[in-house]
Amino acid sequence: MKFFKKANFRLNEFLAEKAIAAIATTSLVFIFLILIFVFRESIPLVLGYAMEEDNKLSLTALFSNNWIPVSNHPQFGIWPLIIGSIKVTAISLIIAFPIAVLAALYTATLASKRTKEIVKPVIEILAGFPSVVIGFFALMVLATFFQNVFNLRFRLNAFTGGVALSLAVIPIIYTVTEEALNTLPKTMTEASLALGATRWETSLYVLLPAATQGIFAAFLLGLGRSFGETMIVLMATGNAALSSTNIFESVRTMSAAIGAEMAEVVFGDAHYNVLFFIGVLLFIFSFTLNAIAEFFLKQRMMKKFQGGA
Amino acid sequence: MIDSSTMQKPKISVDSLNFFYGKSQALFKISMAMEAQQVTAFIGPSGCGKSTFLRTLNRMNDTIDRTYIEGTVMIDDQNIYAPDVDVVHLRKRVGMVFQKSNPFPKSIFENVAFGPRIHGIRNKSDLYSIVEKSLEQAGLWNEVKDRLNNNALGLSGGQQQRLCIARALAVGPEVLLMDEPASALDPRSTARIEDLIGDLKKNFTIIIVTHNMQQAARVSDYTAFFFEGELIEFGETKQIFTMPKQKKTEDYITGRFG
Ligand SMILES: Nc1ncnc2c1ncn2[C@@H]1O[C@H](COP(=O)(O)OP(=O)(O)OP(=O)(O)O)[C@@H](O)[C@H]1O
Ligand SMILES: [Mg+2]
Repeated sequence: MKFFKKANFRLNEFLAEKAIAAIATTSLVFIFLILIFVFRESIPLVLGYAMEEDNKLSLTALFSNNWIPVSNHPQFGIWPLIIGSIKVTAISLIIAFPIAVLAALYTATLASKRTKEIVKPVIEILAGFPSVVIGFFALMVLATFFQNVFNLRFRLNAFTGGVALSLAVIPIIYTVTEEALNTLPKTMTEASLALGATRWETSLYVLLPAATQGIFAAFLLGLGRSFGETMIVLMATGNAALSSTNIFESVRTMSAAIGAEMAEVVFGDAHYNVLFFIGVLLFIFSFTLNAIAEFFLKQRMMKKFQGGA
Repeated sequence: MIDSSTMQKPKISVDSLNFFYGKSQALFKISMAMEAQQVTAFIGPSGCGKSTFLRTLNRMNDTIDRTYIEGTVMIDDQNIYAPDVDVVHLRKRVGMVFQKSNPFPKSIFENVAFGPRIHGIRNKSDLYSIVEKSLEQAGLWNEVKDRLNNNALGLSGGQQQRLCIARALAVGPEVLLMDEPASALDPRSTARIEDLIGDLKKNFTIIIVTHNMQQAARVSDYTAFFFEGELIEFGETKQIFTMPKQKKTEDYITGRFG
């Protein structure tokens, strides 16, 4: 009897394991297929042979200053899009990073249990907000507000988009930073307090520096999210592909260009290929960021185990 | 039971101390005195309250939620639980070394300089001389003087623990609390720490928790035996280990339990 029970149990385990493995493999395969597809569709551009004679796309043309995809003489200079992405991302991080890190430092090391139980879920709920909701909020509320405050010509601009984007980035940086701070051993805090440091001094001069790697990873993940986010910037930045340094002018980001134009593009056309090429750039960028972030998070764990000896 | 009258001038005297973790009482009516420039050892079976008692002496238990204390702890005639006591100042005077060495993930120099820095010393050369002196006192200077900027986590376990001692000394304490400072170390490192305690007692009042009876006998002048939150016996180490007055003390020392 016992023997059979055990055998049954093993069978269940075996099936469960196989099922999970199958699901995992399937998702991996899908990701891989998507990758192949995106890369393949951008290849013609990279090799430069699929272009029609009259709008042959050289590398200089590709990185030129005019993004005029729909016209009799279309121009596909992605420079303004790159500048747009950098501008919006920079603004969002300049706002989100300090807020998120300080909030995490506060809840992880200083706040009372009660405060922590309120603040933490609130920020985490923010992470669950659909980007379209944040975009809508930016479009209706933030845009008007900033226009009045700064007396702006354009309602929708890089600044408004960046602020809206920071709402999406804060929870990511917050969560990863909080995690990094929480995994620090309690003995570290005790050592500092026992030396006569106050809680603030302990948080600022001991715990925060000790979590640097995790915080750096948080920054990279936030950066990746910000760079790749589409819906919010599509709704809040105004989408004019200008390459100016003024943060109160409209911008079109790389992601927004894909989001807005892909639906109208002629299949297999140069425009189509360029959009895929932008997709590849975004992919490579976020993949690299994630890989580096992963590396730092792992290293931190390693260090923790080695240091704990 | 406690004969503090034979002591010259008790550095610390504790009177009727009760301590509670929430509703559960961990220490019962502890009264004893610790003499300046002497080593007092706390011994007793696991869970008897040694660490808890040690941590009442620098108010580290304050950092744990819902703990209560009754009674008084006088250090140099000042009740450290009086409402006007500044805990930061108290902990500057009463340093602590933990069971598991816990250097900060900073350089060796920064570890030792941390305390003086937060207490307001900014001058580079002042800091340097404090660091040097503290590392000297902890018997670590010669081993690390050429790599003060290396990460402290690269030191051996024994070196890390001596670094933690140096770090505690750097804020200029009068009392040093040590909670099983050598229990995670190999015999050689343990011997070094024990030697060090012998040196340090010239300048500091030292209180050490240990599970190691030989260690208590070797390093301490006074020994206090705790059992289930009560102080069973306290006296000169020689007397405790050769002629314990209490049956429980004798049983524990001779290894009948614990
Ligand atoms: N943070 C805490 N919260 C609640 N109870 C605690 C806490 N720390 C210790 N205790 C309890 O208080 C009692 C005394 O613990 P303490 O750590 O002081 O013993 P100890 O003598 O140092 O033991 P050991 O030799 O194992 O270190 C134990 O019953 C323990 O379970
Ligand atoms: Mg203990």
